[in-house]
Amino acid sequence: MVGRFRWAAMFPDEVWEHVFSFLTSDGDRNAAALVCRNWNRIERRSRKRVFVGNCYSVAPTVAVRLFPEVRAAVIKGKPHFADFNLVPSDWGGGAEAWVEAMAEGWPNLEELRFKRMVVSDDCLDLIARSFKNFKVLSLVSCDGFSTSGLAAIAANCRHLRELNLRESEVEETCLNWISHFPEPFTSLVALDIACLEGEVNASILERLISRCSNIMTLRLNHSVPLERLVGLLQRAPQLMDLGTGKFSARHNPQLFSRLESAIVGCKNLRSLSGFWEPGLTYLPAVYSICEGLTSLNLNYATVQNPELVKIISRCKNLRRLLVMDLIEDSGLVAVASSCKLLQELRVFPSDPYDAAEPVSLTEHGLVAVSAGCPMLHSVLYFCRQMTNAALLTVAKNRPNLTCFRLCIIEPHTRDYVTQEPLDTGFSAIVESCKDLRRLSLSGLLTDLVFKSIGASANYLEMLSIAFAGDGDMGLHYILSGCKNLRKLEIRDCPFGDKPLLQNASKLETMRSLWMSSCSVTLGACRQLARAMPRLNVEVINESGRGPLAAQPDNCPVEKLYIYRTIAGPRTDTPQCVWTV
Amino acid sequence: MEDDHESMGDACPQLLNLIPNEKVREKRIGGLDAAEEKKLELTLGLPGGVGEEEEPSVLSSCIFSKVSKTSSRRVVLGSEQQEAGLFQLQSRGGYGTEWPHKTTWNCEIFDEQQSLEKEKALGDTENEAGSNTSFQTRASAGVAVVGWPPIRAFRKNLASSSVKQSVELQNGNIDEKVKVASCKKGLLIKINMDGIPIGRKVDLNACGSYKKLSFAVEYLFLDLLRAQKETSTNDLRMDEEAKQAFKSLLDGSGEYTLVYEDNEGDRMLVGDVPWDMFVSSVKRLRVLKSSDLSSLHDWEARKEQQLSVEYGGEGLAN
Repeated sequence: MVGRFRWAAMFPDEVWEHVFSFLTSDGDRNAAALVCRNWNRIERRSRKRVFVGNCYSVAPTVAVRLFPEVRAAVIKGKPHFADFNLVPSDWGGGAEAWVEAMAEGWPNLEELRFKRMVVSDDCLDLIARSFKNFKVLSLVSCDGFSTSGLAAIAANCRHLRELNLRESEVEETCLNWISHFPEPFTSLVALDIACLEGEVNASILERLISRCSNIMTLRLNHSVPLERLVGLLQRAPQLMDLGTGKFSARHNPQLFSRLESAIVGCKNLRSLSGFWEPGLTYLPAVYSICEGLTSLNLNYATVQNPELVKIISRCKNLRRLLVMDLIEDSGLVAVASSCKLLQELRVFPSDPYDAAEPVSLTEHGLVAVSAGCPMLHSVLYFCRQMTNAALLTVAKNRPNLTCFRLCIIEPHTRDYVTQEPLDTGFSAIVESCKDLRRLSLSGLLTDLVFKSIGASANYLEMLSIAFAGDGDMGLHYILSGCKNLRKLEIRDCPFGDKPLLQNASKLETMRSLWMSSCSVTLGACRQLARAMPRLNVEVINESGRGPLAAQPDNCPVEKLYIYRTIAGPRTDTPQCVWTV
Repeated sequence: MEDDHESMGDACPQLLNLIPNEKVREKRIGGLDAAEEKKLELTLGLPGGVGEEEEPSVLSSCIFSKVSKTSSRRVVLGSEQQEAGLFQLQSRGGYGTEWPHKTTWNCEIFDEQQSLEKEKALGDTENEAGSNTSFQTRASAGVAVVGWPPIRAFRKNLASSSVKQSVELQNGNIDEKVKVASCKKGLLIKINMDGIPIGRKVDLNACGSYKKLSFAVEYLFLDLLRAQKETSTNDLRMDEEAKQAFKSLLDGSGEYTLVYEDNEGDRMLVGDVPWDMFVSSVKRLRVLKSSDLSSLHDWEARKEQQLSVEYGGEGLAN
């Protein structure tokens, strides 16, 4: 070794490996790997955790070969807008290639986390058989599998600690998959089956929970009745995270008191969710543990304001609150005065389409919480009206915001007081909140807001834009600014070819760009693809106009997904997707 | 229109030359220093000084040729004059009434084409305004736009049953009859077809009748079925075969039959009950091979048996 890095050779590899083991963040490990060849080799050969934000950015076999000692992997597939049905269901994101490569090269894999991937039962079967020490399976927003696949996991993963199916779509083919956990199986710590639509056999579940003395997280689905919840809680008083099943039953004072005492018995309960079809008579059963709660998810709880306030105002230690807009402004005022430690707030629309029975949730609720909760840094807020003044106030109150997602339900909504666009409001947010990492815009917006964002949002990593902007300048401001932008998703904006072509190099610094219903033409995509070989430019046309290769340059592109990759064009595109 | 495209074609190679050849890696640490950033900052001034009063910095597009050292050099736009033109174009339409605006991209390179482009932009704005008023009226009329508002699919169905249920529950009566799926704005139901691994979703409210549902099923699965039948060398025959498959979905006489699973978990033939009743109870759909219908009954019987075995022992009546 010559020159400056001679010191690196002074210590044997194991020493550096040990040093690197203290680097917990991927970013730090990536940085260390860039220092010199030696460190690069040592780091990647000792890396235990790998994060692949886009499953198509690298070939699975390559990833497995580069990092031979990986024990935990996170792989993400479809673009975020797939959550809202904007991505065709056969677009891709299949997990087979990854699972096959991992089965081959990572036999000691312990943790696998997929998000927005299509995972087949065959994949689950392969996972179940390939990894002797498998501990964690997390399938978030995934689909393509059934309870038969889950049965295979249950039957074969002897050391399974966590099974998480959050927000996945699961076919119910095997009725009692839970019974496939063998009798000697006792290692379960976390089980999240809230997404399952079918019946879950509560007795079998109870037996499983009884023998898993380390169970900490249990999130049931809506089919588990209140009576059975009591039994489960009695068998698992050490629970920290509970997702209830159906939270209503016939009026029965005995059941109520049994439920109440079972809940009181769970002294470690910190997180509560579920509350499907809640009945007013039983909600008070949770009052006793409210004080200890740090996380409360009521976003399925179709309960009116007074009941919501009664629960939430008791939660003095709440850090995270998810609720529907039924809480209304007055409820949020109560939150602002009771939950002083609140860090994250998400307010969802109870009736997103029919404004016939309007709910009294306006910008005032948001302002109240921004004023009363000094640690609030993450907001997701659905509402029907907004003013620039309110946004300015929020910006002034909460310069510590890191995530601000505002969705005004009607596109192009103006400031209802001044009738102006909401440019000044959102500009104030990005200028004041210097650490903002995620932003979603809505309402009537011109190119001016993009100018502010491009100039001020220096740490912004993810930006979502819909029905906004006047023309190409808007997109140009973003692509030529926002130094740390990773993910950009745009729909229904008048952005065309020029800003894309002028900022082509920017696209290689980002993970991905999604544009749908904008003004991009096929010609620009072709140019972009020719100039940037390390980008995959995927055009999605679902209206079946015939092969895209035959279309002229001025053919408008319906949906466009561009992402950087070292794997080249993918081989599993369906008919409606064309890699330019 | 054609002229414009040719000239755009000429211009574009020049554009591509602007894409820096050197490896572009955004430097997280460092990057442009303050002075350079100020120079490159875009400023726009409205004609007549209306609006923001900003220091007009004239940015030369000659910066294109100076792209050398700093890899994160921003591409910049034309001069103040041209920008004023930009705003004139916009302010004619006012905020948000004409959508989308095609702004003229003001670079010196495009000088010759500017007049051409302005024409095109106006023309486009008019055309697109025409085709887009329908979009805007739809949006302002509150008709559901695909994927908007950005909420997950399950939340759409949740919303419809929400308020009515909570009223009922206040009486302590959990009568399930109240579950109303009267979501007017799009009821998406999953539908699978035998032999086709990919499932789809169909919007029942958009259908409105059994006949339209039948057409929708054909529309959703025709291509997929054709792809499956690719063994046939004769394209025409393949098409014919595929189309034939969807005839008589509802009366049981065709190659396939449409069945559904209702809110009690039972499988039923589609078409037996009035449309509204069907919509309020359907949970998912399936296109079965008609030959499998008899085995459907066997499946039903087996399921019943299984359930009784599980629950019989517990004394649980669910």
